[in-house]
Amino acid sequence: MQKLAIGNYAVARGAYEAGVTVSSAYPGTPSTEVTEFLAKYPEVKAEWAPNEKVALEVAIGASIAGARSIAAMKHVGLNVAADPLFTSAYTGVNGGLVIVVADDPGVHSSQNEQDSRYYALGAKLPMLEPSDSEEARQFTRLAYDLSEKYDTPVMLRLTTRVAHSQSYISEDERTEVGVKPYEKNAAKYVMMPGNAKVKREVLQKRMAAMSEDFNALSVNRAELRDTRTGVVCAGITYQYVREAMPDASVFKIGTVFPVPVEAIRKFASRVDKLIVIEEMGGFIEDILKAAAIKCEGKSIFPKYGEIQTAEIRKAMFNEDAPAAENAVPRPPVLCPGCPHRGVFYVINKLRLNVMGDIGCYTLGAVAPLSAVDAVVCMGASIGMAIGAEKARGREFAEKTLAVIGDSTFVHSGITGLINAVYNNLNTKILILDNSTTGMTGHQPHPGTGRNIYNEPAYRLDYRTIAQACGVQNIAEFNSYDLEAAEKTIREQMKKPGVSLMIAKEPCALIVKKTAAPYEITDKCVNCKMCVKLGCPAIVNRPEGPTIDFTMCNGCSVCAQVCKVKAISRKGE
Amino acid sequence: MNIIIAGVGGQGTLLASRVLGNYATIKKTDCKLSEVHGMAQRGGSVVTYVKMGDKVYSPIVGDGDADLLIAFEKLEALRWAHAVRNGGAVIMNTQEIMPLPVITGAASYPEDAEQRISARKVEFHSLDALSIALECGSAKAVNTVMLGAAAKIAKFDLDALEEALALSVQPKFLELNALAMRRGYDVLTEK
Repeated sequence: MQKLAIGNYAVARGAYEAGVTVSSAYPGTPSTEVTEFLAKYPEVKAEWAPNEKVALEVAIGASIAGARSIAAMKHVGLNVAADPLFTSAYTGVNGGLVIVVADDPGVHSSQNEQDSRYYALGAKLPMLEPSDSEEARQFTRLAYDLSEKYDTPVMLRLTTRVAHSQSYISEDERTEVGVKPYEKNAAKYVMMPGNAKVKREVLQKRMAAMSEDFNALSVNRAELRDTRTGVVCAGITYQYVREAMPDASVFKIGTVFPVPVEAIRKFASRVDKLIVIEEMGGFIEDILKAAAIKCEGKSIFPKYGEIQTAEIRKAMFNEDAPAAENAVPRPPVLCPGCPHRGVFYVINKLRLNVMGDIGCYTLGAVAPLSAVDAVVCMGASIGMAIGAEKARGREFAEKTLAVIGDSTFVHSGITGLINAVYNNLNTKILILDNSTTGMTGHQPHPGTGRNIYNEPAYRLDYRTIAQACGVQNIAEFNSYDLEAAEKTIREQMKKPGVSLMIAKEPCALIVKKTAAPYEITDKCVNCKMCVKLGCPAIVNRPEGPTIDFTMCNGCSVCAQVCKVKAISRKGE
Repeated sequence: MNIIIAGVGGQGTLLASRVLGNYATIKKTDCKLSEVHGMAQRGGSVVTYVKMGDKVYSPIVGDGDADLLIAFEKLEALRWAHAVRNGGAVIMNTQEIMPLPVITGAASYPEDAEQRISARKVEFHSLDALSIALECGSAKAVNTVMLGAAAKIAKFDLDALEEALALSVQPKFLELNALAMRRGYDVLTEK
């Protein structure tokens, strides 16, 4: 029986069928569900790790210990895991090791648009890229076979449209491969210069072998139709090409690295002209050109954004898609009742400089809250605040706040905290503790006291961590209490030394509606103070704002900012 | 059949597309769905695609290729109306949800959305799905009201759609959603 499934489910299913027993990851859109689905199989020991580097190290350790293992992450997570990634290519594997990386062309839910194929090239690791869910399942299984055959970790690249689109898959039984014997083998696993030099040469030979062998893999295939145009493509782009150019001959690449150059050379000889269609970098095109295969690609298609059916029709046939109506944009926004909203309102009121971080609370940058000045990567807020103080001095530090979420703090904020204390700085840090990993869909993390199976786990205490790191000033307040937030932040900003503040209140999407909604009474003088919160439940009408009771969750923040007490709980 | 389901993050477009996916499975037709997760879900504009047919390649419905737009909100109907092919259909919930630029006063909510959509070469239907959903017991049922309305226009097999609904929602919410779907189905008349 075939069933519809997202690509991420299919990867989990493929890994399960391949006999995987260990899975580690940190959540990241669009890769999160791979690990969530793996956790549903009792044969797999799954976990959320504090970050991607730890996750990959866990998977590497499991592989060395003989198990088939998997680590799934988003493209920017691979940056965090890049250190173990590059050297795992040298050690190779014992049990098969697959690293899933999900890219986000078009930047749907990321801080950048990054092409992870260049990691495969840089680390000299093979990379497979499926074009739909069934391929995601099959390619994952193939990845384990290749991993053990060539003694290498294998990367599996997804893009948002494969990870998060559903198509039919089949399911096979699990193959129990068992755990291979643990073998002490320093020459293979201890990467110090003498061993690494030897392994570097092995790595080169392995790449040469795969470059040759992959030409004959069935996942790399020529589909000959009209031979006037031959298109080379991989991943989701294959689906767009088939829709936009149903008559064209296609070479579908399954192994985006190493590219099956000789098979494509043969295909090129059978078509009049060769076009490479790929999202983001001209990765395949550059490799083909270096092999003296005449082709065109990035002279026709952009190097950024998604290249879908419409873009292909436009480029190949000059067909225009209909123009959109002019419609006011609707950017993402903090949810009604979000505990972050009031805190950002206070930060904005205090006119602080804010080094922000990655999560829902990045949306604190959006008007009218406009409370975040810079966001770069996971954990960067603290380091950036330290740098700003070094550049501009103590006075600037008193007006500069690093704002970081709880999950992000655990991911990579703690090292920044240590740095601030160690270097005698006056860094002011605010943890927005909503007790979950919000943006990616509410995964537990070490600060929540629950693990991936929702079992009780040791709950990391930020106060104790801060004390152990030598933080001088520690304070907490409730996120919905604007007066306490303002008082605490004001006090802490002036204190010498490092301050760690914790704003606590769980994510409004987890708690759900507990309180009655608020309403705006006839005391309203239409001053629009409440509108400055940017709450989607507050409808700004010229005659005076109203509250959409279907959206309001009764957080009370608007009632606190109302100067004339015109906002009260419905029925009070 | 190429369908676009457009709405505001939190309105349940994902569930609606999954019901249609189950419907396609019951009907044994090829199908692909495209979803949105992460940042895009946080109260922003969201769009999910449903494609059914003998053979589906891309999971995305390109602009101008949609047979049917199911819009859960008025401004989102306007935003995606161009994606509907000439002769295709638009089904719009008349509910208005203010986007942030309107809340802050930087922009105003379009008053002529309905006129602009109906001026296009499409079959245009609108309904107050929020009121119907509230009558059925929950504002959250807007998505199933809209699915019911879409079923009328797209001539879906209502029994199979109800079966698909049962596969997609938790049992405790089934009765409410089945009622909402039937009410949505009954409220529209075919043109």
